[in-house]
Amino acid sequence: MTLVLAALVIWIVASWVNVKLSRSKAHNTLLVRFLVPFIFGVTILVAWELLVRGLNIPGVILPPPTAIATRFAASTDILWLDFLQTFAKGALSGYIIGCGAAFLTAILIDRVPFLQLGLLPVGNFVAALPIVGIAPILVMWFGFDWQSKAAVVVVMVFFPMLVNCVQGLADTDHMQRDLMKTYAASYSDTLLKLRLPAAMPFIFNGLKISTTSALIGAIVAEFFGSPIVGMGFRISTEVGKLGLDMVWAEITVAAIAGSLFYGAVAAIEKGVTFWHPSQRG
Amino acid sequence: MRKLFAVCTVVLVIVVLWYSAAVKMNAKWAHDQAARAKVELSFSDLVRDTWAQERPVLPAPHQVAAELWDSTVMKKVNSKRSLIFHGWITLEATLLGFVVGTLLGIVLSVGIIYIRAMDMSVMPWAIASQTIPILAIAPMIIVVLNSVGIQGLIPKAIISAYLSFFPVLVGMVKGLRAPDHMQLDLLKTYNASRSDAFYKLRLPSSVPYLFTSMKVGIAASLVGTIVGELPTGAIRGLGARLLTGSYYGQTIQMWAALFAAALLAAGLVALVGLAEKSVLKKMGMVR
Repeated sequence: MTLVLAALVIWIVASWVNVKLSRSKAHNTLLVRFLVPFIFGVTILVAWELLVRGLNIPGVILPPPTAIATRFAASTDILWLDFLQTFAKGALSGYIIGCGAAFLTAILIDRVPFLQLGLLPVGNFVAALPIVGIAPILVMWFGFDWQSKAAVVVVMVFFPMLVNCVQGLADTDHMQRDLMKTYAASYSDTLLKLRLPAAMPFIFNGLKISTTSALIGAIVAEFFGSPIVGMGFRISTEVGKLGLDMVWAEITVAAIAGSLFYGAVAAIEKGVTFWHPSQRG
Repeated sequence: MRKLFAVCTVVLVIVVLWYSAAVKMNAKWAHDQAARAKVELSFSDLVRDTWAQERPVLPAPHQVAAELWDSTVMKKVNSKRSLIFHGWITLEATLLGFVVGTLLGIVLSVGIIYIRAMDMSVMPWAIASQTIPILAIAPMIIVVLNSVGIQGLIPKAIISAYLSFFPVLVGMVKGLRAPDHMQLDLLKTYNASRSDAFYKLRLPSSVPYLFTSMKVGIAASLVGTIVGELPTGAIRGLGARLLTGSYYGQTIQMWAALFAAALLAAGLVALVGLAEKSVLKKMGMVR
């Protein structure tokens, strides 16, 4: 009971500190902007720990953060292998193939306006479908190893990426293209020097959306069958064995991998599209 | 008109590609069968066979269509083999979760707009959570709730609520912040109260954002429900149909379930789109 009370007290104190911090004059400084969400996150973890221990919630329902952290530290080798299998082999290779294919397709259909007209609605339509459902079919076709996961990822990232690339390539206005024409620029010159750079914000938007779906695709595809390694495999088997601390450790890895992946793409975007208003802000 | 023609052409090309892929991918089985029966396969025999196998690697479109027709119109609605039955199970959980998730997202976004501490502490996490494959926790939620005796609709609805919550939250915060200083200042000169500013300016201007994020949210909800139907031993729902199909090699059943899910998703997004159109029209905000 004291632990539950302690959790309450800590929660109230932390909220009070956050309210004070966000109302103080320094609320726009970088430090406070970082500190407030940090305090909030730590409070949640501490309250979680205290509540689980105080209310005697069994570990098979919700393990406390410390148990997850111990499990994480104790099985870094397994987690690392799972990460390599799911992220490096499955998600990343599928991401590169899918985004590359979509990009090339976009450039190809860019020369045929008719195809563009037809493909955009179809692409938009497919992008809203529960494509992840194709996972069992692709696992049947490509076997249990990472190839089937990469295939799922390819299908998942292709259409959002395609739609963004096509829109990006169409994002130059007549004035700019006319200017290129007065320079007697060839198609490839116009493409390389005007339209591709102008399309970059859209392309990176597609790339960023695709990071999350790539990881989701690779993990969910493993629920349908995989070799005895991989994040999705570990999650589904450990859930079956009620080893929830391992599941949470695996989810932590997925969260870290997801945000690092996104962060990496966003960092590249910052370097490439430094001229865009959204980056200058 | 030209657009419709273009779309039809693209769809036609996809169907043609599909048929030829079906010939190519199912050819091995057809050849094996022919070799076993010691008969020579002519090309037209091959095509006919590859388009009509019972467990093809890739079923031809008309086989999927036939299975869809067979398992929706021809079966009784409450039959275990009816896709309408399974689709309804999935739809129920999706809608319940979507409504809960959307309402929670709206409520929290209002809190974030008016309470700066909440904005500064919750928003970074909400944004970061969009880069995380949240779907990975679906099996855990299902199994854990199952072990405390909650099963069926609720666990799936929780996952679907969770998935639709974040897009709506982020979109609504953007929408409620959409009015610029000029507009807010104008209301101040009218001596409008805070609640007036909310109901007459912020809320109306957030509606387009709400609908955009609801479209994303309902698609995510459906994916969440389908994935949530996988680990419970696959009893009911479209996700279960997919899984049993993959256990028993019933490829046509899997494709039919997949198409049913796709139709459901398209229908739901279209419904939200229709609501968006009529609401925005009534509000005079059609662009």
